[in-house]
Amino acid sequence: MTLRINDRTLSRESIKNLNELSGENVKLCMQCATCTGMCPMAAEMDYSPRKVMHMAQFGLQSKLEEINTYWKCASCHACTVKCPRGIDIAKVMEALRQQTLRTNTNYIEPSEMSAETIAELPQIALVAGFRKMTS
Amino acid sequence: MKISYYPGCTLKTKANNLEKAAVASLEALGIEVEEIDRWNCCGAVYSLTADDLIHHVGPVRNLIRAKEMGADKLVTLCSMCYNTLARANQLMKDDEVKRDTINRFMDDEIDYSGEVEVVHYLTYLQEQVGWDKLREQVKVPLTGLKVGTYYGCTLQRPAEVGIEPMGSYTQMTGLLEALGATVVPFNAADKCCGSYQVLGAAPGENSAASAILNSAAGAGIEALATSCPLCEYNLGKQQQQMLEKQAIEQGVPTFYFSQLLAVALGIDPELCRFELNDGQSLELLKSKNYLAAA
Ligand code: SF4
Ligand code: SF4
Repeated sequence: MTLRINDRTLSRESIKNLNELSGENVKLCMQCATCTGMCPMAAEMDYSPRKVMHMAQFGLQSKLEEINTYWKCASCHACTVKCPRGIDIAKVMEALRQQTLRTNTNYIEPSEMSAETIAELPQIALVAGFRKMTS
Repeated sequence: MKISYYPGCTLKTKANNLEKAAVASLEALGIEVEEIDRWNCCGAVYSLTADDLIHHVGPVRNLIRAKEMGADKLVTLCSMCYNTLARANQLMKDDEVKRDTINRFMDDEIDYSGEVEVVHYLTYLQEQVGWDKLREQVKVPLTGLKVGTYYGCTLQRPAEVGIEPMGSYTQMTGLLEALGATVVPFNAADKCCGSYQVLGAAPGENSAASAILNSAAGAGIEALATSCPLCEYNLGKQQQQMLEKQAIEQGVPTFYFSQLLAVALGIDPELCRFELNDGQSLELLKSKNYLAAA
C-alpha cells in the first residue's frame, strides 16, 4: 500500500477525532504488525489491522470510511493484549465503527435477518452484534 | 456459605444448561446461591469509546443491586457478562470523573464506586472450595476423557479483567483434572471463535470457529469445555453445518464446564439439560458410561 502525503490526504482533524473517540494515540504505532498476526478475522478484512493503523496515522479519513476491517473485527482483544506499543487497537476499531454508526447508518439490518436466525441465536450474540453494528 | 449470583439473559433460556448445572453443583458442594434482585441485561459488550457512558449504566445498575444486598462478591458464569460487569466495575473504581457522572445520572440509585468484587465462577470455586477438596467430592470420575479448555476471549482479555493471562489455562485445567479428566493442550485454545460476527456469516461458514475445531480434533481432543454461550453456539451448535460444508473433518462435542462438573459430582443429568447441547455431547458421555450411576 502506497500512501501519499499531501494536503488532501493528511487530515490532522481526523487523527485528533479518532484519538479522542478511542482514547488512544494512533501515532504510537510502529507498524510491527503484531496485531495483524494475532487477528483471527484478518483473512476477512480488506485491510489488516496494521494497515488500518497506518491509515489512521495519516488521517486518511475517506479511505477509512470505505474499508471493512472494523466491521469484521470481533473485539477479541488479542491485538490489544499483544501490541508492544501498548495501543488498545480494539478501541481504535470501535471508534472507527462509531464514526459511521453515529451518522445513523447501520452496517447490518436487523429487519433483514430471518426469524429463524433470530430465534436460534443466543441473546448475547444479538445484543453484542447490534451494539457493534447498528446505530 | 452463601454467594450472590448474576445470571444474565442467555442463561435463563438458550444456555440454561450452563446455569442449571452450575447452580446444582455449588449446592451439592454446600454453597447457597442467591440470585440478585431485579437484575438487567449487562449489555453483553463493554463500550469501548471514551465518550460513551450511557452503556455503562446497565452493568453498573447490576453492581448496585449486589451492593444493596450487602454482597462483597458477585459471582457470574457467562464469560461475556463477567467481562462486561468486571470492566464496568473497574471503571467505577478507577475513573473518578466518569464515576461521578454515572452516579449523578443514576440519581435514583445509591452511589457506587466499585465496592463489589466481580468474580467468575471458576475463580470462586478455586478459591472457596479448591481443587483438592473438589476431588474428594467426585462421584463419577471422568477418567479417560480428553478435554480441551476453551476459555474464549472475554474470560482472558483484556489483561485487567482476565481471570488469568492469555495463554494460561490453570483454572479450568485444575477443575477438569480434579474431575478426573485428562486436559489436552491445542494450538487454537486462545483464538477467538468469531463472537458476534456470526450475525453476518452464513451458517457453518465461520472460519474462526472451524479453525478452532480442526485444531482441537487434530490434538486428539474428544470434548471441549467452555464457559461462554456464544462460544458454545459458534463451536457447538454450528458443527453440523460445518461438517456439511466440509469446513471441519470431524465433530468435537462441546460442553459447558459446569455440565462436566455436575456429571462428575453425580448430579441428576436432567439438571444438565443436555438437550440444549449438540446431540453428540450426550452421546459421548453415555458412551463413556459417566451417566450410568445417576
Ligand atoms: S501491534 Fe501495535 S505497534 Fe504493532 S502494528 Fe499493531 S498497533 Fe502498531
Ligand atoms: S480485536 Fe479486532 S482487530 Fe484486534 S485481533 Fe481481535 S478481531 Fe482483530
